[in-house]
Amino acid sequence: MNGILKDFLKNRQFVFFTVLIILIVMTTVLAPVIVPYDPYEAVLKDARLAPGPDHLFGTDKLGRDLFSRVIYGARVSLPATLSLVGLVFFVGVLLGIISGFYGGMVDAVIMRLADMMVSFPGMVLAMAVAGIMGASIRNAVIAISLVTWPKYARMARSIVLKVKNEDYMAAARIVGGRDLHIMIKYLFPIVAPTLVITAATDIGGMMLELAGLSYLGFGAVSPMAEWGLMLSEGRPYMSACPWMMIYPGLAIFIVVVIFNFWGDALRDVLDPRQQ
Amino acid sequence: MDLKEFLRRIGQIIIVLIGVSFFTFLLVQLAPGDPVMTMYQSMGIIPTEEVLNETREAMGLNDPFFVQYFRWLANVLKGDLGMSYSKYRPVASLLAGRMWPTLKLSISSMFVMLLFAVPLGMISAVYSNKPIDYIVRGITFFGVSMPNFWVGLLLLYFLAMKLNLLPVISTDPNALSNLVLPTLTLAFAMTAKYTRQVRTAVLEELHKDYVIGAKGRGESERAILFKHVFPNSLLPLVTMFGLSLGSLLGGTSVVEVIFTYPGLGSLAIDAIKAMDYPLIQGYVLWISLIYMAVNLAVDISYNFIDPRIKGEGKA
Repeated sequence: MNGILKDFLKNRQFVFFTVLIILIVMTTVLAPVIVPYDPYEAVLKDARLAPGPDHLFGTDKLGRDLFSRVIYGARVSLPATLSLVGLVFFVGVLLGIISGFYGGMVDAVIMRLADMMVSFPGMVLAMAVAGIMGASIRNAVIAISLVTWPKYARMARSIVLKVKNEDYMAAARIVGGRDLHIMIKYLFPIVAPTLVITAATDIGGMMLELAGLSYLGFGAVSPMAEWGLMLSEGRPYMSACPWMMIYPGLAIFIVVVIFNFWGDALRDVLDPRQQ
Repeated sequence: MDLKEFLRRIGQIIIVLIGVSFFTFLLVQLAPGDPVMTMYQSMGIIPTEEVLNETREAMGLNDPFFVQYFRWLANVLKGDLGMSYSKYRPVASLLAGRMWPTLKLSISSMFVMLLFAVPLGMISAVYSNKPIDYIVRGITFFGVSMPNFWVGLLLLYFLAMKLNLLPVISTDPNALSNLVLPTLTLAFAMTAKYTRQVRTAVLEELHKDYVIGAKGRGESERAILFKHVFPNSLLPLVTMFGLSLGSLLGGTSVVEVIFTYPGLGSLAIDAIKAMDYPLIQGYVLWISLIYMAVNLAVDISYNFIDPRIKGEGKA
């Protein structure tokens, strides 16, 4: 265990981006203390102010402080993205292990379902699902998980198939191990590392997809301080007030870059073959 | 791919299409909104309960779920995708009208992407772990982290509003300039993604034994790269580009909305917002069909690119 920890600490890229992620998380948690204004308070006489000493990032069409809203945006995006990744991981791994372990009919049903989900463009279905169920962050999360789980299930299944017939699996059965016990105790630890790496490298991309749905109006709803939504609200004013679209976009970009670099470094540490 | 395999694939496509249409139909039934109400509201009418009910009855919306689904399916088989609730026109003709703009946009952005991704990826692989490789990889890393709607807005702001190189909103719907910004936006993200893939493919090919052999025989570096390595690394790339064309056709929505580009994607967004069920169903079915057809075409093209694959799986 000590060895792994050393590997982590030795990788400077990993340490650097982990620190940045901790900073992002702290900003998210401490947002109410950090922000100078209430992100939801409309002060109409201050509408559309350019960035200046009073308002670092300027104000939006309702006179809300953009800096405060951008900081608060992390409180929406971060938990939503992490629960999305968690949900996809859980569903994908669960179905993948079940599929690989039992084989036969169960496998056929799960895998045909997965085939169906990946045989057409995911974003189309995600849009349709999120749109039809009604715009909300929760529905956007459900919509994207619905089209993303097959990737995880297929990976988990293929790993299970590889080890299913090993001697220790037979041994576990002979001594009377129940299915559930075998799946949790033996299969999950084998499947987990690869899938955790995949999930870590997917965080950035999923954040972009969520913001994209919000931009289109299928995710966050007004007046929520969400980056994608803020961009689409700033769109009509972009010629005169470009700050309305520059700062929320920059926020998404920076957070996604950090998560992407972090995921990449995590993969390097956990899976040296990839280097 | 032989005839049997081809027919099997066609069968699979039909099954998936039925599954997809069933799923969207189910979803629509579970949806909270009321399409009839939305329809009247979009006409500026506030209907009475009786009118609502009569219209529902006339549209067959009061029938049981399976009756509705099979009626729709039977009509689809006859080539009738139904009438759009919000645009009062047949769904099939709406989709057909928007097909060409989206196809044009997809092909042009694929073309721009190839123009950059292939050379950049090759250079990056040939000079791997040299400064130029780090620069290319660094840029692509930032590229994949930028939301495409933001890239679109930035391009719109700087190229159209600040530098006046392009019209912000064009008066001529067929003008070529309409295509420039959406194409650049789509190509930007794709270039970032595919440059890395091209690099990986070429790098893998470079490490094969025959390259060492050719070097040993004294063939020039240049000849090895252009005669062997690049052509050989094309094969995995063809699949990738094929898949990307398929997902592009379905994935242009965001960009189409930003630039008010009259394609399938913006049509779909309008349909979803208006709860226009026949149009949503028609769109999902149509896009799925195209996507799978493109994938099939890519697989068939293998036969021509790589004759080895023909016999595979049979022996």
